[in-house]
Order: sequence, then C-alpha cells, then structure tokens
Amino acid sequence: MSRATDNPNSERRDFLKAGAMAAGLTVGPGVLLYGVAYSRAPEEPASPDKRWGMLIDTTKCGDGCNECVTACNTENGLSGKTGPQDSQWIRKVHIRDLQTGFELNLPMLCQHCENPPCVDVCPTGASMKRADGIVLVDRHTCIGCRYCMMACPYKARSFVHEPLTDQNPEVPRGMGCVESCTFCVQRVDRDETPACVEACNAAGHKAMYFGDLKDPESEISQALKIARSTEIRADLGLNTGVRYQGI
Amino acid sequence: MASFRILGVWLRSAALVTGMACLATPAMQAVAGVDLPKLERGKGEQCVEDVDTIRRLHPALLKHQRDDTLRRGIRTTRHSLKKCVECHASEQTGSVAASKQDFCVACHSYAAVKLDCWDCHATKPARKPVRQAGALGGASHPTPLWHGASGVIK
Repeated sequence: MSRATDNPNSERRDFLKAGAMAAGLTVGPGVLLYGVAYSRAPEEPASPDKRWGMLIDTTKCGDGCNECVTACNTENGLSGKTGPQDSQWIRKVHIRDLQTGFELNLPMLCQHCENPPCVDVCPTGASMKRADGIVLVDRHTCIGCRYCMMACPYKARSFVHEPLTDQNPEVPRGMGCVESCTFCVQRVDRDETPACVEACNAAGHKAMYFGDLKDPESEISQALKIARSTEIRADLGLNTGVRYQGI
Repeated sequence: MASFRILGVWLRSAALVTGMACLATPAMQAVAGVDLPKLERGKGEQCVEDVDTIRRLHPALLKHQRDDTLRRGIRTTRHSLKKCVECHASEQTGSVAASKQDFCVACHSYAAVKLDCWDCHATKPARKPVRQAGALGGASHPTPLWHGASGVIK
C-alpha cells in the first residue's frame, strides 16, 4: 500500500509558512497581529496537498470510557440514542477473543477511505470525497437511497428517519438523508481537531491523533512512522484515513 | 363564433399585458390594494448585496455558496445562509422561520414557495458565537451591527 507522504512542494510550503508566520506575528516591535495560525484563508479551497487522517491507539483507549462519543453527539447535535434507527457517527466497540479472553476497546467511525465504496455506489454524486480526503454526504443531492450504507464495510453511516429540529447551525442535518462522521469538518476548517480527539485528550487518554498524513512532520505521521499500525479490512484496498494501533 | 374568438384574443392579450406589468414592477413596490409581506429589518446596517439583487438572486447566490462550501471547503461568509440567519432572525421568535412574520417565511408563504432549507439548517443563530474559519482576509461580510430600530420594510 503506497502512502503519499512524499510531497515535492513541502519545502516550499514550509518556507511560505515560515514567511507568513514572520510577517503575521511581527507587525512592528512589540506589536502582535492576532489570528495568524490559520493554514488556509476562507476563500481558499481544501487542498489535495493535505490528507486528513486519524490514528487510534487502542492500548490507550479506556474501557467503558465514552468521552469521544459524547463529544461527537454534542458537537454534531446527535441524540445519543443507540437504537437501530438512531444516528451514530462514532461508536465504541468492545471485542473479546473467545479463545484467549483478550479484550479490546476501540472507537469505530467513518474511515475516510482514499477509495471510498460509498462514493462509488452513490447514484447522485451526493456521497463525495473532498480534496483533502474528508468523505462527506452532500445532503442537497442525497435522495436517501442508502446504497452507501450497504456499501460501507465499517457500518459507519446512519440514516435520519425522523424530522429534526434545533440543529447546530454549523452542522445541518435532516430527515431523509444519510450521514456519517465528517471529521468535524467545520472545526478542521478553522484549524481545530475533531471533537472526539479533543475529548479524548481532555479525558487524559490521548488515544487519538488527528493530522495531515501527507505532512511528514505532523504528529500523526511521526507516530505512524515509529509504531506498527493497521487498517481495518486492509484486504479491501481502500487505504483508510483512520488507522489503529494495538489490534 | 367570431365574437367568441375576438373575446378570447382580447382576454389573452389582457392577461399578457397584466403579466408583463407584474414583471416590470420592481419587486415588493407598493401596489394599490395589494397587501405585501411585511419584513423585519435585519440587524446589520446593510445587506451584502443591494436589495433588488438579493430579492431576485438569493436562491442562486445561496446555491453557489453551498456548493463552494460543502464540496470545495471554501468558507467565505458573504453569501452564507448562516450569516443570513444571524442577521435576519426575528427579535420575537429568535428565528427566521418560526412564525408567519419571520423573515424567510413572511415572503415565501406570500409567494407560495415551499422552503426545505429548514429541514436541515438551523433557523436560529448559534447560541454562542463560533470563531469563523480563517479570520485573515476574505471575510467580506459587513459587520452585523445592531442599530436598535427594528423597522418594517414597506
């Protein structure tokens, strides 16, 4: 599996980044201009030079801890119910090896594949992958056929069965559409990490890393470099953006 | 028979003239004897485009913005629905679509155009303000300054 970590423009980008930091931070002696840390201006589209990904260290994932799920529900306005017709964008999975008794916890969410089957099967083009690798549903064109839900090997997508009210203004959702984890795209676009990662760190587990897989200097790339990580269902050749350690 | 035909032609041309007159009338201008929707003024000092452009083209502007934002990740706020809501949410209901007098519904119920934006999008502004993506440059939305008077556009 080839992972595109080599980027011919990375040096140039680093130079530009350093320049922008210098220009932004020092307007004059002792004068600081705030709001410099943004990697992307609002009018600039998501770049294919980035690929957002996540690394989940299952050895640090707390047994019984549900912080990531709760944070996701709060951020995205999900009810938190776990019935067959309720939306779950991230769920905790508990696995036990029946022979050895070895137990494992992990959060399961949209794996943001490089070759997403949900995008392949979508008849309207609503299921889509953004240039920076985030897989999304365009609810404006989703007809609710749920082919993508059947195609997803990770059971990551949910369908909204009932009318919704009081949505989060940043996360529009409604009846008749399929939805799934967006890597909190609204937060990522303002240089924040997804709500689940923030909550995991706040709870002290630090089991989730989020970052740019194409930037060799990013925390996630460094972590991937030094320890073995696995894709779930790597045999499908989807090149998932979410990888796991300790499974 | 001939008189019927003449009457038919006359009626058709009358309908055409009336139709053209309606199109030619600048939108929302007071027409004698017709009740027009009464809209609350937004909180900002002025709209992002001049009023005639917005009245005629707001669906196209919003549609363009939604594709740019969702599919390409462009987060400018000039034509964003969220910013429309922030500015035009009613003082009474806090929403743009909760009652018949609220900004979006007032006009759309008058024109009998069904809105499905609000099946998914929030009709109320965020309870606490959220930092906008990329604060430097490009954010060309006029600052929504509260100027007190919540007048009614005639």
